[in-house]
Amino acid sequence: MTLMTKFLGAAAALALTAGAALADPAIIYDLGGKFDKSFNEAAYNGAERWKAETGGTYKELEMQSEAQREQALRRLAESGANPVVMTGFAFGDVLNKVAPDYPDTKFAIIDMVVDQPNVKSIVFTEEQGSYLVGVLAAKASKTGTVGFVGGMDIPLIRKFACGYAQGVKAVNPDAKIIVNMTGSTPAAWNDPVKGAEIAKAQKAQGADVIYAAAGGTGIGVLQAAADEGILSIGVDSNQNYLHPGKVLTSMLKRVDNAVYEAFKAGENIEPGIEVMDLAKGGVDYALDENNAALITDEMKAAVEEAKAKIISGEIKVHDYMADETCPALTF
Amino acid sequence: MDFSTLVQILDSTMRLATPLLLACLAGLYSERSGIFDIGLEGKMLMAAMCTGAVAALTGSVWLGMLAGIGGSILFALVHGLASITFRGNQLISGVALNFVASGVTVLIAQALFRQGGRTPPLSGDARFNPIELPFAAQLADIPIIGPLYSDVLSGHGALVYVALLAVPVTWWVLFRTRFGLRLRAVGENPASVDTAGVSVIRLRYTAVIITGILCGLAGAYLAAGLQTGFGKEMTAGRGYIALAALIFAKWRPWHALMATFLFGFFQALALRPDVIRGTLGFDVPVPALDALPYVLTVIVLAGFVGRAIPPRAGGEPYVKER
Repeated sequence: MTLMTKFLGAAAALALTAGAALADPAIIYDLGGKFDKSFNEAAYNGAERWKAETGGTYKELEMQSEAQREQALRRLAESGANPVVMTGFAFGDVLNKVAPDYPDTKFAIIDMVVDQPNVKSIVFTEEQGSYLVGVLAAKASKTGTVGFVGGMDIPLIRKFACGYAQGVKAVNPDAKIIVNMTGSTPAAWNDPVKGAEIAKAQKAQGADVIYAAAGGTGIGVLQAAADEGILSIGVDSNQNYLHPGKVLTSMLKRVDNAVYEAFKAGENIEPGIEVMDLAKGGVDYALDENNAALITDEMKAAVEEAKAKIISGEIKVHDYMADETCPALTF
Repeated sequence: MDFSTLVQILDSTMRLATPLLLACLAGLYSERSGIFDIGLEGKMLMAAMCTGAVAALTGSVWLGMLAGIGGSILFALVHGLASITFRGNQLISGVALNFVASGVTVLIAQALFRQGGRTPPLSGDARFNPIELPFAAQLADIPIIGPLYSDVLSGHGALVYVALLAVPVTWWVLFRTRFGLRLRAVGENPASVDTAGVSVIRLRYTAVIITGILCGLAGAYLAAGLQTGFGKEMTAGRGYIALAALIFAKWRPWHALMATFLFGFFQALALRPDVIRGTLGFDVPVPALDALPYVLTVIVLAGFVGRAIPPRAGGEPYVKER
């Protein structure tokens, strides 16, 4: 009998360790959807890269509505996924509530700081990347007026706008920057028709370069800009290929790297805050064969100089979210 | 606000109001016949997906439009089946169809193209290209009227003009034809129509199919006119704004034109905060402008601007005999 108990105990322990060893990482995509050609798609690319390199498998879930967040998190945590990575600031509150209930599971959240012992918060210095594309926009603009189209009006998007405005003003202090937000509900991430209309309205006000930081809405902005013969700037993923020769550049936010690193670290992921800045390659501007003809040598020199100065600390780009003000722009 | 800015805003209004107008007229036919339809959103979404998919596959926007109308009619018939034949709750059927559309459109687009529930970008003949109205170039120099004609009215996709024409046609059909009389009667008192020997079921199905056609046009315009392809949830609540416009218009075609253009104007104005600041002298928050259509509708419903009386038999399934 005792022998039997020992065997059973050993078998159970074996099963447990096997289960733990097999714990797959998981990723939850926010409302924009896995293939938004932007933020979430970058996360997907990172997960796929991890899968291709390690041959591992991962669980994934796409949010369909606001109400699912908590349920989705709990379901993945209970299924034994470890770590659970989620994209988007909107998970912040829910994660703060859920994380203490699963102390053995590690969580990673992108774009938000959640102060829990088992959560890694990954934030990007979007203001630095936006500053760089702002420099390029000001150099490319002939009218001295540039546009910005945000998605939902949240501090994070204002941070993009603020960094962009600082970059523009650094090159051309007299430049006019037109800022529009698509809306104040999550539907603002998925309204390309309104995005296109905003781009046309900005063009009517003289803008000839428009930076879209608006998820799926940005597709409409880029399309309208291409139709109207003005330049646009993509965001998060490299969107230069969407309209070759008509997208000036893209502000790269290496969400793919963040997801890849988190998956690679697995259960040993280190809780705390990680800031992915320009120096670490967390943000950058995109240069490829699709926009090579648009970026002159002079523009490239200017943006590279700005990049070097930001990395060295000579230029300090103000972060809107630090004090909710922007020196270059009033909202 | 100078004149050229106004022209630009009105031009934008034309584009934004057209899908609202088509969807509003669609709802008008259905509700006049006594079938409430909150599934306008879902039908538009379905039509947008079918249009985007077929236009991308065939390269012809007209085939795409036909497919869009087909998809929309399919949903309309399901609504008809649930609410006319099986006498189900019309609101529940409409809500259910909205949910089905939200999921199934992405599913089909993903299965067909593997681009994450989008349809591939359309170009050339697969889009509704702008139509220049006759004499647009010659009249452009006439002050006031010239820009209004050549910049605001001219230069839109074909469906904008179809939508504008649909208003007088709807008025004529509703108030000057026998079909229209019966359609209105069946929404007020189906028993009397039945007593007169006219089929209530057939009339209501006809109305629901017309709703499908008009929603199909609205969806096609969204996917191939305003955008170059379908994207997840791209209708973004326009079906509900159209419903609000329908109530605001008190179920009348000419009023529907005015209501949708008013709402379209608010939407266009919301994109130009600089103009509002310049005209009024102070900032109006953009969300307040976005909410205006709904606020106005509530005011109308509350009875401040005349009474909004819906068709009397609306929402009630017709039971011939017990």
